[in-house]
Amino acid sequence: MQCVAVPAIFPGWPGERGDINKKIRITLNGQERILEVVPYRLLLDLLRDEMGMTGTKEGCGTGDCGACTVLLHGKPVNSCLVFSGELDGADIVTIEGLKIGPELHPVQDAFRQDGGAQCGYCTPGMLMMTTALLRENEQPTEEEIRFALSGNLCRCTGYAKIIQAVQRAAEMMREKKITEAKG
Amino acid sequence: MKRPEPFEIFQPASIQEARELHIHHGPGGYFLAGGTDLAIAIKEKGLVPRYVVDLKRIGSLSGIRENADGSLVLGALATMREVEISRVISRRFPFLSQSAGEVGSIQIRNRATIGGNIANATPSADVVPALLVLEAQVTTSTQNGEKQVPLESFFLGPGKTVMERGDILTEIIIPPASANLRGEYIKFSPREMMDLAYVGVAVALLTDGDENVCREVRIALGAVSPVPMRARKAEAVLVNRVINEESAERAGEAAASECTPISDVRASAAYRRHMVRVNTKRAILNAVCGRPGNLPWVARRERRY
Repeated sequence: MQCVAVPAIFPGWPGERGDINKKIRITLNGQERILEVVPYRLLLDLLRDEMGMTGTKEGCGTGDCGACTVLLHGKPVNSCLVFSGELDGADIVTIEGLKIGPELHPVQDAFRQDGGAQCGYCTPGMLMMTTALLRENEQPTEEEIRFALSGNLCRCTGYAKIIQAVQRAAEMMREKKITEAKG
Repeated sequence: MKRPEPFEIFQPASIQEARELHIHHGPGGYFLAGGTDLAIAIKEKGLVPRYVVDLKRIGSLSGIRENADGSLVLGALATMREVEISRVISRRFPFLSQSAGEVGSIQIRNRATIGGNIANATPSADVVPALLVLEAQVTTSTQNGEKQVPLESFFLGPGKTVMERGDILTEIIIPPASANLRGEYIKFSPREMMDLAYVGVAVALLTDGDENVCREVRIALGAVSPVPMRARKAEAVLVNRVINEESAERAGEAAASECTPISDVRASAAYRRHMVRVNTKRAILNAVCGRPGNLPWVARRERRY
């Protein structure tokens, strides 16, 4: 992976002009990486432009729409509001890290089966938020799903199929757990 | 969306180090907690910091703990989500958990901190009315050592607090409270979620016996004055009186008369004032009903009155 380091020049900071790149160690989708980053670069841009992981989308850029949702230390956050300079030691999971091995993650499979996507732009964020929700709550009610997804906007659908997909994903994950326990 | 101009990020390990960095590097520096306000100010409002001091490596600023005397200490870097789902807070002050849960989305609440929210002094901050009725104190680290001020006198105006340049808000202390304290927070906004409050009303009260005679009451309002305020006239209406629809209505009228809302894109002053009257009454009556046990996050939101 090529790491493009843009030198940052401090305008109007006499005596302290120059390169402010920062070395960080992160775990990205389970893989440890040492990167040289520009501290003010947004996590979203680091992922898309430097790591080549374009699954994470930018919608509003101000934390309202949830298209850029990734898991940071296991918790869903808006990657458009996180600076690279904060990330040393971070554990990050993006949509690219959801599926391990050949099989789809149950959340992906459920969205596919239920048609929980139309244009698909909000989908990576929806999937990351759903994954986080189902980790905390194996059997969410419709109200709980709506509450959890309130920060993920979809402008195509009426959310009905998305909610249906989350319910199906929950069911699939519960079944998987039972099968694994038996096996 | 605009990208940030270059700036450096420092990550000190102690409050002392953070303050020194700020003094050493001079003007143009900003402290960073969750970043949900700072990043938006940079991207949307054209703020250009020269450098940023990230406080998240300072361990002593995080966490929520309960002291033996029953007081609660919320580290400034406790996230809104932590306040929302904290067991001790949802057991003792469910309305405070709820007020934290009213902020933004889960993604935002996983980053946004209670200290950052208070230090930014937005008049509509949801947790502030809930903390005001609990008579919370704020601790700050200043160049003259630690200072403690009541939250009520912490705010000076929109975006302005008693903190001076280089001061760091370190914790919020909720003093011991009676186990019988009942409270409520109502956020009144056009949308159920992802919106700012037109009006926020928090109530905490203690009653005597089955007749609901009010012994002690505190009422606080958000988004209807330059700083979140206690509604003392409304409180005076209720003390030593039976709480019922009629007295709650009169307290609502008092609260509406003492607030000083403005008209803006969200709502007119007159509408806000009217909604203070309605929601203060609702909050009082809801508080008296009490909350049935430990409810999951969503059920807490339902309006019972």
